[in-house]
Amino acid sequence: LAKTATPFLRGFATASEPITYTLPKNSFKAYDCESPSNEIEITREEIVEMYKQMVLMRRMETAADGLYKAKNIRGFCHLCTGQEAVSVGMEAAITKEDAIITAYRCHGYTMMRGATPRQILAELTGRTTGTSKGKGGSMHMFAKNFYGGNGIVGAQVPVGTGIAFTQKYMETKNATFILYGDGAANQGQVFEAYNMAKLWSLPAIFVCENNLYGMGTSASRSSANTQYYTRGQYIPGVQVNGMDVLAVKQACKWAKDWTTSDKGPVVMEMVTYRYGGHSMSDPGTTYRTREEIQHMRSTNDPITGLRLRITDLGFLTEAEIKTIEKEIRANIDEAVKLAQNDPLPDESEIWTNVYVKGSEPPTIRGREREEFGTFQ
Amino acid sequence: MTGSLLRNLVNAPSLKLLRNAGKRTFPCIGTFAQKRFLSSASENMVSSNYLILPLKEIRDFNDSSFMTVRDALNLALEEEFIRDERVFLIGEEVAQYNGAYKVSKGLLDKFGPKRVIDTPITEAGFAGLAVGAALSGLRPICEFMTFNFSMQAIDQVVNSAAKVCYMSGGTVECPIVFRGPNGSAIGVAAQHSQDYAAWYGAIPGLKVVSPWDSEDARGLLKAAVRDPNPVVLLENELQYGVSFPVPQEAMSPDFVLPIGKAKIVKEGKDVTLVSYSRTMNFCIEAAEKLEKDEGISVEIINLRSIRPLDIDTIINSVKKTNHLVSAESGFPHFGVGSEICALAMETEIFDYLDAPVERVTSADVPTPYAQNLEYLSFPNAEVIVKAIKRSLYKKGK
Repeated sequence: LAKTATPFLRGFATASEPITYTLPKNSFKAYDCESPSNEIEITREEIVEMYKQMVLMRRMETAADGLYKAKNIRGFCHLCTGQEAVSVGMEAAITKEDAIITAYRCHGYTMMRGATPRQILAELTGRTTGTSKGKGGSMHMFAKNFYGGNGIVGAQVPVGTGIAFTQKYMETKNATFILYGDGAANQGQVFEAYNMAKLWSLPAIFVCENNLYGMGTSASRSSANTQYYTRGQYIPGVQVNGMDVLAVKQACKWAKDWTTSDKGPVVMEMVTYRYGGHSMSDPGTTYRTREEIQHMRSTNDPITGLRLRITDLGFLTEAEIKTIEKEIRANIDEAVKLAQNDPLPDESEIWTNVYVKGSEPPTIRGREREEFGTFQ
Repeated sequence: MTGSLLRNLVNAPSLKLLRNAGKRTFPCIGTFAQKRFLSSASENMVSSNYLILPLKEIRDFNDSSFMTVRDALNLALEEEFIRDERVFLIGEEVAQYNGAYKVSKGLLDKFGPKRVIDTPITEAGFAGLAVGAALSGLRPICEFMTFNFSMQAIDQVVNSAAKVCYMSGGTVECPIVFRGPNGSAIGVAAQHSQDYAAWYGAIPGLKVVSPWDSEDARGLLKAAVRDPNPVVLLENELQYGVSFPVPQEAMSPDFVLPIGKAKIVKEGKDVTLVSYSRTMNFCIEAAEKLEKDEGISVEIINLRSIRPLDIDTIINSVKKTNHLVSAESGFPHFGVGSEICALAMETEIFDYLDAPVERVTSADVPTPYAQNLEYLSFPNAEVIVKAIKRSLYKKGK
């Protein structure tokens, strides 16, 4: 990642003064519209904050990896290691009133939308302190204006379009980021959603998180057209270097501005990469080479890339960076300990939340006729 | 109510006559008085192509309010639209076509294209969109042209709507209504005739209701719209044109029927007959015949609610009659009738039965087109009479 901004001397830089940073030429590719500008306005605070968030996310996912191998996390566990720039850059470009929905690789987004690592790790270990009281698990995490965490590939795309529908109906000035992967991009319901979003001019931002593999199937083996940012056909699109958090932020800001000026939906393709397998059950090496993974780690890592920019711009010293990383490590270690010791949900919780509180039927049946939950 | 209702239906044994009975339409629909019901938000909804017509304030109906099921649904929709601006109707042909079966007739003219939305023919897409709207604060009514087409969208109903409150630990709610015709029509053959009560009735997180008459349609639709959970409302196309008397109390704009409560439509002492939706017509016909020809007194229970199913009303009835027959238009295996049999085994019904439970269902075949075969594939009064008699002759044999 080339640096093209003039290095600042620490002494002259104030905390909140924005600098103009020029992103590399290959950051964006546009379809049927003008590309977002390569010049990004950003402050030192923002960049340092994004760095901290990516490091926190990486450590949290690594901790989840360990917990899964120790059998403290069960079932499915899909980690976003390597893809941190997408969720961090997106959150930096939007407000808490905008909405996000994604599929099952959702831990990073849940954190960016306001859940603490402790709440996320507790949900993964099925504790009552988890985001869904332990009743959802890895794939069903929610937060304010974050609609999951969805297990059925592609189903979240029409649902997200419905959230954008509400934003238009209620005349808010917000947008919805609707994420799906390169594998999901071929689902029919995605195209049904594209159609309605365009027809009704909804503030829908379709974001294809293209990590080059849908489970074990490479994009070229699943898709007749792998230019996912063009798949919206009548919807303009932008392809973004998803390993560069600043490019992601710039593109998301562009997309939000576009859709909230009643220009209708856009499609974005974030080209990114996951170091791990599809999930914790997948080593990730039967369908791609170790050299490829190593290459991506050493030349395209989002955290390393931002760190180089930070040190080049003189925003933090190496020592300060080390301190930040040490603090984050301690933070996550603490969260892991809590997540492993927090209480399991009370047994009565098996019956709750099937229906909205106060609207339950008098009884809910258990496994045999004498087992049931009652509501008054 | 029962006497005049039976007179209406027993004298019209064929379906053609039943349909013509519906020609006595409710007088007030389509007439308008001066008062305008418009909030400021509604003013913004007016586009140049659509007028917001003034709406008649609902009051002062005469006592014998006869109303078709269609008009009952139409009026209920109108009232719920007025009551809550977040309520909207979305589906194929609901707006400009006035509804494939005219249930939403006039709503586009009264409320505008923001509240009544025509969709492309993409069930998975628009059902999912409606779910997303419900999750984010609106109160959508999603119409399936028939529930046969809901299979295209069933993942959204089950996995995106029904289960989300539980999976989120109660932090996310989905106040949506999925409604449309269900079950048998006439001559529409295998892909357009299936009854989905059992499929949706099995899903935790859903509530499933199925009206028979106009009072049911009105009260259950209003209850469904106001319920904070996803509700599946299974109507029937052939019932839309049938007229029923609606009592005065039921005309209040806040009239709702409780979800989960069945209704005893006719009291009796020899056998309990449980049914829902269109099959109720055949139950009433069968009961009249048995009363007249054999002096058998049938108690007819209209389930109204498939999930939760009101087993208590059935238990109390069987304590009186000692015989139980269920009649429905779903397929026989793994159906509503099967559920009633299972509950009979598990509750006090078992202790009070003098004969095994009898089930009357559709035949276990894809619905045929040829009229004679189609007639043989759906339940009717004749088959219900046979099942009731069998249930009664088993006693003391």
